[in-house]
Amino acid sequence: MPGPFFFLLTGRHSVSQAATASPPPPTRAARGAGNLGDTIFEWACRGAGIFVLLLLGAIIVELFIAGLPAFRAFGLGFITSTDWDPVQEVFGAGVSIYGTIVTALLSIVLAVPLAFGIAFYLTELAPVWLRRPVGTAIELLAAVPSIIYGMWGFFVIVPAFATHIQPTLIDTLGEVPGVGFLFQGAPFGTGIFTASFILAIMILPFIAATMRDVFEQVPPVYKESAYGLGATTWEVMKGVVIPYTRVSVVGGIMLGLGRALGETMAVTFVIGNANRISTSLFGPGNTIASLVALEFGESQEGSLKLASLLALGFILFVLSFVVLATSRYLLRSRLKA
Amino acid sequence: MSITLSAGAVPGPRKDPEVALALGRRRKRADLIVRTLCVLATLVGLVFLASILATLFYRGFEAMSLRVFTHVTAPPGSEGGLLNAIVGSLIQAVLGTAIGTPIGMLVGTYLAEYARESRFGNMVRFVSDILLSAPSILVGLFVYQILVLPFGGFSGWAGVAALAIIVIPVVVRTTEDMLQLIPNTLREAVIGLGSPKWKMIVFVCWKSAMSGIITGILLAVARVAGETAPLLFTSLGNNTWSTDLSKPMSSLPVTIYSFAGSPFEDWIALAWAGALLITLSVLLLNILARSLLRARK
Repeated sequence: MPGPFFFLLTGRHSVSQAATASPPPPTRAARGAGNLGDTIFEWACRGAGIFVLLLLGAIIVELFIAGLPAFRAFGLGFITSTDWDPVQEVFGAGVSIYGTIVTALLSIVLAVPLAFGIAFYLTELAPVWLRRPVGTAIELLAAVPSIIYGMWGFFVIVPAFATHIQPTLIDTLGEVPGVGFLFQGAPFGTGIFTASFILAIMILPFIAATMRDVFEQVPPVYKESAYGLGATTWEVMKGVVIPYTRVSVVGGIMLGLGRALGETMAVTFVIGNANRISTSLFGPGNTIASLVALEFGESQEGSLKLASLLALGFILFVLSFVVLATSRYLLRSRLKA
Repeated sequence: MSITLSAGAVPGPRKDPEVALALGRRRKRADLIVRTLCVLATLVGLVFLASILATLFYRGFEAMSLRVFTHVTAPPGSEGGLLNAIVGSLIQAVLGTAIGTPIGMLVGTYLAEYARESRFGNMVRFVSDILLSAPSILVGLFVYQILVLPFGGFSGWAGVAALAIIVIPVVVRTTEDMLQLIPNTLREAVIGLGSPKWKMIVFVCWKSAMSGIITGILLAVARVAGETAPLLFTSLGNNTWSTDLSKPMSSLPVTIYSFAGSPFEDWIALAWAGALLITLSVLLLNILARSLLRARK
């Protein structure tokens, strides 16, 4: 009996034959056994995909609904208000939003030059045998759990900052007119600057790995042409590699920023946890994530405080969603390649 | 000689050999400075890793003893260990991975085998990538809302659910990446033999991507083993021996968090021991996953 392809191959003859005697070619629906399995399997896969979409949607909706009492009680002023007074039941997100954004941006400022140096070293400078072990070591920084960064920061970095680094910075940069106020105050070791420092180390591997991957995608011909013209390694980097990968590099930086916004445990250990905006970078502060982690245990079910914390969670979600979506948009060419 | 010749022959702004040489020196110097800074940046990164590991080994081994593995957590001053936290972490991480992995594999399969270029597939891929990098503390808050509040209290199951949500996007990413590496000719060969598509996926595609998928699962376990924030609001912690998932359940990261912030010397020592345990297992899992992947290539 001719299969379905037989008719396709034999053209005119098959048409007449199909029109007269032979049974219709077995269609997909008539194949039987495997078909039901196919339908079930495809729908299982699609269902899982739908589940993931619903999951993200549910997270957004749940956080918003749970935070609604706070938004109702304080209105849009919740976002800008700097009050956080559990006794009076007055809550505002201003300080923690400020802390979240300042620590994240400062950590980017600290991490990007380092990440760039590492990516440059790994793609252009390091001997080939050294590239994989060094690259792996840097990537392992990303595997160390957040809580470990917190402990290390609290027991190693904070004392070092309190006794050496902050006093030095206060004595030198603190005297500079114009920007000196950023570096004044008592050297406690904790505070906004320390938190940014720890965050910078935590996001370093993400940015460095993205940069390395996109640097490696530059067609060798471009680089070789520049070398052939007599360019130095740095000139090739500056004139060929960076312009070629600029968009993806920014995407990698945004990915790091998105990570920094939501880091919880490490920040909670070192930021000093005070609900005020200090002018000095050495002053204590808090972030949305650290405030939620700290205050959650002391909130009653159904209280306005709990609703405020969940509203903070919603704001954090919106912030990181925007940053991560931008990052992914900028990195889309890399994802396709 | 050659410099003067070429400078004379080629029209250009720098004909003076002195200037050309000085410029060359300046370019070389800039190159050297940048190269040095890059090597330094790499060294700084490595020093951070070394410092973290050295601190962990030093403080962790000091505090390590058999008691850590045989006793449950106890009030400061009395002989306590971390047994319940270790077991709680194991149970929650294993169950979370066991629940999250099949879902993640199905989603990854859907993206690679059914919806490579479709609009809906791109949307799922986008959402999964957002979940991959979204703050884990929000997953904790979400699970608190849907599993802790309605069911009357913190429970091990809520912790498992939070970890499962974190596992899903990790497995999605690796499964999709690994399936996309499989050449289409292999798929065509299987379909050409008359096999239904699901058999092709399960017995050929999954099988040939197996080591990559296992890598993803190992990475997912490593990721959730160290998660603290989502467990704070879900399984909370428990100071007695308990394997009952409907009650609060302790875990290593949460125990470390509460012990490290305490003023008691013996609790802090235990926190270091726990930190060493968790970091070693996480790093070993990572290295194991990497070597699996490399063996495949």
